Amino acid sequence: MNYTFHWRPAFRALPEMLAGSLVTLQIAVLSMVIGIAIAVLLAVMTGSKSRWLRGIAGTWIEVARNTPALFQIYIAYFGLGQIGIHLDSYLALLAGITFNNAGYLAETFRGGLRAVPQTQVRAARSLGFGPIAAFRLIVLPQLFRAVFHPMTNQMVWAILMTSLGVVVGVNTDLTGVTQELNVRTFRTFEYFAIAAVLYYLIAKVVTLGARLIAWRLFRY
Amino acid sequence: MIEIENVRKSFGQLEVLKGVSLAVDRGEVVSVIGGSGSGKSTLLMCINGLEPIDSGRILVDGVEVHARSTDLNKLRRKIGIVFQQWNAFPHLTVLENTTLALRKVLGKSRAEADAIAIKQLEHVGLQDKLKVFPGKLSGGQQQRMAIARALAMSPSYMLFDEVTSALDPQLVGEVLDTMRLLADEGMTMIVVTHEMGFAREVSNRVAFFKDGLIHEIGTPKQIFEQPQRPETAEFLGSVL
Ligand SMILES: Nc1ncnc2c1ncn2[C@@H]1O[C@H](COP(=O)(O)OP(=O)(O)O)[C@@H](O)[C@H]1O
Ligand SMILES: [Mg+2]
Repeated sequence: MNYTFHWRPAFRALPEMLAGSLVTLQIAVLSMVIGIAIAVLLAVMTGSKSRWLRGIAGTWIEVARNTPALFQIYIAYFGLGQIGIHLDSYLALLAGITFNNAGYLAETFRGGLRAVPQTQVRAARSLGFGPIAAFRLIVLPQLFRAVFHPMTNQMVWAILMTSLGVVVGVNTDLTGVTQELNVRTFRTFEYFAIAAVLYYLIAKVVTLGARLIAWRLFRY
Repeated sequence: MIEIENVRKSFGQLEVLKGVSLAVDRGEVVSVIGGSGSGKSTLLMCINGLEPIDSGRILVDGVEVHARSTDLNKLRRKIGIVFQQWNAFPHLTVLENTTLALRKVLGKSRAEADAIAIKQLEHVGLQDKLKVFPGKLSGGQQQRMAIARALAMSPSYMLFDEVTSALDPQLVGEVLDTMRLLADEGMTMIVVTHEMGFAREVSNRVAFFKDGLIHEIGTPKQIFEQPQRPETAEFLGSVL
């Protein structure tokens, strides 16, 4: 085996890879925003009186949490194609990660709601707050704190999951761009090492940003 | 005046209040004593409409609490209630805990709300804890804060539900002193309590509660010295 490192051409590809990083971040952010919305719905559904709604939410959460993310993305691409829903690679990746996020976050939100005792609502109502004001002013801030760190973790996880898009042909995100460069030049190690550093930096920035927000927001 | 007339209430199969009647006049302090599970907390929650009732009625200053037309959020402003525990909002400072309802329910300005809250917090001896979060307070301080928070709404009535039961013994006194102060100032109070000394010294009347019914009611002297019902005597024998 003799492989000599050529970093110079690899570094020349940096602008291309940074553009890919932006796409990666975009998919992660979108998958979180949509995932959070669905997760709230799922969390509410798990407490529903309807067996159907509970069943759907329960199945979603179970599957999302107990099958590989790779399969979830695969199914969004090939599986949905079988039943006539054709998503392009980008949308399939987004759908797969969103599915995964929603399942994990639904469980997070359920736990968060349980962490805010019903007695807090009672105390608020007894002061003359209506149900909506009691939720907004008393429950929500406590709930937000309880779910903030798990949400940050899921965001980092979503960033890393975007790399799986390469299996359904996504070629614009960081991994996709890297893979194309690799195929063109066979400088495998250099490109993937740079990509790894970029992933690390993105994840770090997100975690540090979250820590800063938490420090500003949670005073107790 | 609070008028409770033949109130019944069940949780599913379990009938918790079995026809309770009680009238509390302005300025009166009524202590409610009795074993746990007898329905005392449920009764207090019915008085400010936190729990619905099955039959009978409750009037507060002539307004029927459980009537459809009653604005409960408005009615609750004149009834302060302090629970056994978990009263404090942990994400708000002592001052914010006390001003929140003043600002968001009564619509007072921040300056106005602060002034009222600080006055009430001084009243209960928490003036140097304004910026502290409840997590940093002792249980006794948390309960005094809850009392100040309720008082800040200038209620006509105060309901206390075993507010010292969850406290370490050495913290009970400071909370009872605060309540005693209120009673001396003429506040109308219904006090569910296990503190027989307090019930005896501070109340105008004492009601003995058992199995969802008031078995006996009278002056502290009557209840503690000459109970008429064997159940009352038996209960007092077990706690004194
Ligand atoms: N929300 C509820 N749902 C069902 N049962 C309840 C509820 N609240 C109280 N109970 C039951 O009602 C009875 C009276 O409770 P409570 O009013 O708390 O009694 P006390 O305050 O005298 O100890 C108890 O048996 C209790 O288990
Ligand atoms: Mg009780």
